[in-house]
Amino acid sequence: MGFEIIMPRIRRRRRELYNKEIAACSIFGAMNRDGERFTGAGVMKAVANMHVRGNGLGGGFAAYGIYPEYKDYYAFHLMFTGNSQAAKLAAKRELDAFLSSKFDVVYDEEIPHADEVMLRDPPLVWRYFVLPRKEGDESELTDEDYIVDKIMAVNTKIENAYVFSSGKNMGCFKGVGYPEEIGEYFMLDELYRAHTWTVHGRFPTNTQAWWGGAHPFSLLDTTIVHNGEVSSYGTNRWYLEMYGYACTLQTDTEVIAYAADLLMRRQKLPIEIVAKILAPPIWNAIDRMNEKEKKLLTTLRMVYGPLLMNGPFAVIIGQTGRMIGLTDRIRLRPITAATRGEMFYISSEEASIRLISPQLDRVWTPNGGEPVVGELNNMRKVLL
Amino acid sequence: MRSFVFPEFQIVRDEEKCDQCRACERQCAFGTHTYDPVADRLVSDESKCAGCQRCVIFCPKNAITVRPSPSFYRPNASWSREKIEDLKRQAETGGVLLSGCGCDKPFRIYWDHIVLNASQVTNPSIDPLREPMELRTFLGAKPDLMDISAEDGDVEIKTELSPNLMVETPILFSAMSYGAISYNAFRSLATAACKSKTYFNTGEGGLPREMRDEFGRCAIVQVASGRFGIDAEYLNCAQAVEIKVGQGAKPGIGGHLPGEKVSLEVAETRMIPQGTDAISPAPHHDIYSIEDLSMLISALKEATNYEKPISVKIAAVHNFAAIATGIVHAGADIIAIDGLRGGTGAAPKAIRDNVGIPTELAISSLDRRLRDEGIRNRCSIIAAGGIRCSADCIKAIALGADAVYIGSAALIAMGCTLCQKCYTGKCNWGICTQDPRLSGRLNVEIASQRLSNLISAWSHEIREMLGGMGINALESLRGNRDHLRGVGLYEWELDVLGIKGAGE
Amino acid sequence: MSMVIAAASQSSLEANAEIDATDLKTKELNDRLMGLMLSGVKRVNIRNVYGQRYIGTRLYTPEHLKMEIEIFGTPGNDLAAFLYGHKITVHGNAQDGVGNTMDDGEVIVKGRAGDVLGFSMRGGEIYVRESCGYRTALHMKEYEDKRPVLVVGGRAQDFLGEYMAGGIVIILDLEGQTHEANFIGTGMHGGVIYLRGDVEQSQVGDQVEISPIDDADRAVLDQYVSRFLERFPEMEMNREEILNSQFVRLTSKSKRPYSNLYAY
Repeated sequence: MGFEIIMPRIRRRRRELYNKEIAACSIFGAMNRDGERFTGAGVMKAVANMHVRGNGLGGGFAAYGIYPEYKDYYAFHLMFTGNSQAAKLAAKRELDAFLSSKFDVVYDEEIPHADEVMLRDPPLVWRYFVLPRKEGDESELTDEDYIVDKIMAVNTKIENAYVFSSGKNMGCFKGVGYPEEIGEYFMLDELYRAHTWTVHGRFPTNTQAWWGGAHPFSLLDTTIVHNGEVSSYGTNRWYLEMYGYACTLQTDTEVIAYAADLLMRRQKLPIEIVAKILAPPIWNAIDRMNEKEKKLLTTLRMVYGPLLMNGPFAVIIGQTGRMIGLTDRIRLRPITAATRGEMFYISSEEASIRLISPQLDRVWTPNGGEPVVGELNNMRKVLL
Repeated sequence: MRSFVFPEFQIVRDEEKCDQCRACERQCAFGTHTYDPVADRLVSDESKCAGCQRCVIFCPKNAITVRPSPSFYRPNASWSREKIEDLKRQAETGGVLLSGCGCDKPFRIYWDHIVLNASQVTNPSIDPLREPMELRTFLGAKPDLMDISAEDGDVEIKTELSPNLMVETPILFSAMSYGAISYNAFRSLATAACKSKTYFNTGEGGLPREMRDEFGRCAIVQVASGRFGIDAEYLNCAQAVEIKVGQGAKPGIGGHLPGEKVSLEVAETRMIPQGTDAISPAPHHDIYSIEDLSMLISALKEATNYEKPISVKIAAVHNFAAIATGIVHAGADIIAIDGLRGGTGAAPKAIRDNVGIPTELAISSLDRRLRDEGIRNRCSIIAAGGIRCSADCIKAIALGADAVYIGSAALIAMGCTLCQKCYTGKCNWGICTQDPRLSGRLNVEIASQRLSNLISAWSHEIREMLGGMGINALESLRGNRDHLRGVGLYEWELDVLGIKGAGE
Repeated sequence: MSMVIAAASQSSLEANAEIDATDLKTKELNDRLMGLMLSGVKRVNIRNVYGQRYIGTRLYTPEHLKMEIEIFGTPGNDLAAFLYGHKITVHGNAQDGVGNTMDDGEVIVKGRAGDVLGFSMRGGEIYVRESCGYRTALHMKEYEDKRPVLVVGGRAQDFLGEYMAGGIVIILDLEGQTHEANFIGTGMHGGVIYLRGDVEQSQVGDQVEISPIDDADRAVLDQYVSRFLERFPEMEMNREEILNSQFVRLTSKSKRPYSNLYAY
């Protein structure tokens, strides 16, 4: 024969054997609504009080207002993992090249830490203050869409490099260890003052805890600390992947962060509506509402069904100027909210709040599915 | 020509128990049992027996046993008894072998190789009896983004929404036409659908006028290649319109309702002369390419004032995922996918048993393809073809379907025993026949109660399984393959289904 | 971290022993409590409590020693879990799990309580001055004359009395805010819940019957509302006024609410 017959063998697509971590643990948040900034010492003490809720395999903080001198730049916190220092540096070199091609890097340095605090195999942790440098077709994108796109690229394509914080004038600090240890490692009680802090202490059930898996999870300036397990993870993930979010950090909390970004930043929905998407009321209750509310809630559930977060959860969502507490619609996880003057607290346990503020003006446990929102300069919603 | 095929079934009558009441003679439309007055005993002609078990159940003394004939050829793995006898029948008749029901061959049943999750410790399982457990689903197209404005607590939705069907349980009755099944069976399906707050599908036989007012609110009407019984009132009285492009039992070929089954009422509903064969051509003769389908979908939307979702039913064949993507782009709101084991009233046996792919693989593949294209929101998927129990239903949803259609299961609830003789029109259970003597045996009250019971029982089992997984709303299970594992499957099968093996 | 034991057991009725719980972990605090009880102390104050758990749980002895404990601060989860007959007073709020599977004794909370209050409680009495959280009195039980009682001065949140099999729960809503809880009594198959005020049928489980109170109920309410007011004199409320307001009684329609569900 004068020609070859080629029968193409289609390569089978690898099904994704993702491992999903489970987030059981403690959460805490403190905000000064007048915008006055305070160190991390108080929240470290509060979360240490809930020590028994974790098992030392993960802890983290989100802090807002910590980089006033660089407040117009996006602060990227990067971690470089790997078995050896060489591997970590290799990852950093690759990341540096990528970053300088896509962004203007104004300043960068290693995130200061106290070496005497012994933590398990810490990665190399670095911060960069950047502005996007958009070229060609990408000039059409907003800064934020551009950044999200590049972060997804770093997390999926550059091995051993992960962006774990990317907002302006805020940052996350996290790792494998008790949260109070992480706080000491990053010297949060000495080096930083923030008007809003959220904290997380973790009890992962997978013994191979890794630094990227600790909370908070963040995208731009939205951070999530989460207590619970998202049983709808597979469904949420499939839906979010259609909108360009890559779920790579092997923890179910990731979907909450991306859902919050999709609904609040891209679709600009207010938090009350977002809460009704993530934790909607039961159909029996909806059917009994007045026509207008019924139509709104039915439509939300119909359209955003795949973003319903099922399973027990209590989360604190942090954004610039806002701190939101939310639980699942049948309140399977505890949450206590409290106020004292301009201070607003959210915690898994009341005792931790009392430890740093023995006098409180008001203490309550919000209903399942109803958000409790604190905002700078005015407290918008207070729900029983 | 003498037949060389021996009877399929053997009838054993316990003469001591039998008191010659002749119930079996009255019950059997095939004429198997006859009373011999001289000998004062009942005589059975096994060659006529279809094995439908009607006489066994109705014998007041339990005197009859009907079982597969114990005679057998020398065992041969390749030339099974069925293959030999089918061949001999074709040699005797020169015809195409017909059969009813769905494919009965031992292709792998993936439902039986998939296991479900349960929550412990890290996530509480939820008790459906005491805590809310929601199965409500919406079938139709959903927008990608919602434009909502909220000012001072006054919320307004700006996005225009496509019409959707709301069902309280994800189980719908599959398309079975009036003509293929009896009026009583058809009406039972409609009654049960309304009672259980779900929908029934009229199939291609139209919807009789007297049923439109009462049952239109739970009906999905079909526009099939034969365009039987379609008028504007038909389209508008229903809640959704389905274009039937294919069917799992006989992909690629049309349908044939023998003239014997076209009674006066069937003729009136289908708008063809009484006694003629009702032929549904293989393709829609106005759809020879995807853009033609797009035209038909738009035409139907016009005809129904854009108030009803338009569904397209296709059979699961090799390239169907690409076809389905095209169908979604053409504007369909719902895709019904009918797999290899879908049932029928009459189909050539060769096509029924050999054409098509299993539903389980189809659902997963379609769900994944639509997501990869970013258009999964634009349609709902209804899976059909071999759903036998509530576990199959919940697995279908976890693989990516929004709801399931049950056909054979609904008939079995009404009394069917899958004897596969539907095409003869002599259904002893009164289901697949137009003979009023036979269809009168099916009492609409009782049959619809059986169907409602079935839906209720399955819905409750689904709630229990969902609760066990720590989920309290069905929308959190859709496409959530994390809660499934495969047992005894090859790796390529796990890949296509998109699930991990048990233990992984 | 010093501990002062009152001089000898004879005058232990006068002064209480003291524990300063600052920086004490749960186990250390409970160790000390047990030590005090074994050495004959009958009454103790614990100060600076911030989240220590299971206070009172350890205190079982075959001789059935009993103690009275006053807690200042915020006790942690599972206060009085498996309690065997002691009396605990909290000067402040309590957290989740108060009275978890409590067998006997008394708990008084001068503040609010959290979720799962009185879970599987099988005896004894709990009085909470303000409100409580979700899943109160879940699976509470009783047997003959061993009957637990829970009285709450404020309101409860959803799933009150879920799976309840026995016992008495009284929710007083003294501030008159109306009961907003849903799923009250789902799965209830025994026991009784009294709500001061009213509740809609849609708020309670299918097998729960809402009925007005009769004289026998009034006697029960009289007894326990009086005891409630004795324990919270600072509230300065009028017993007659409370008892004369409207109450409804919630009980289960049947002992086997789901008997028709299964096919055999």
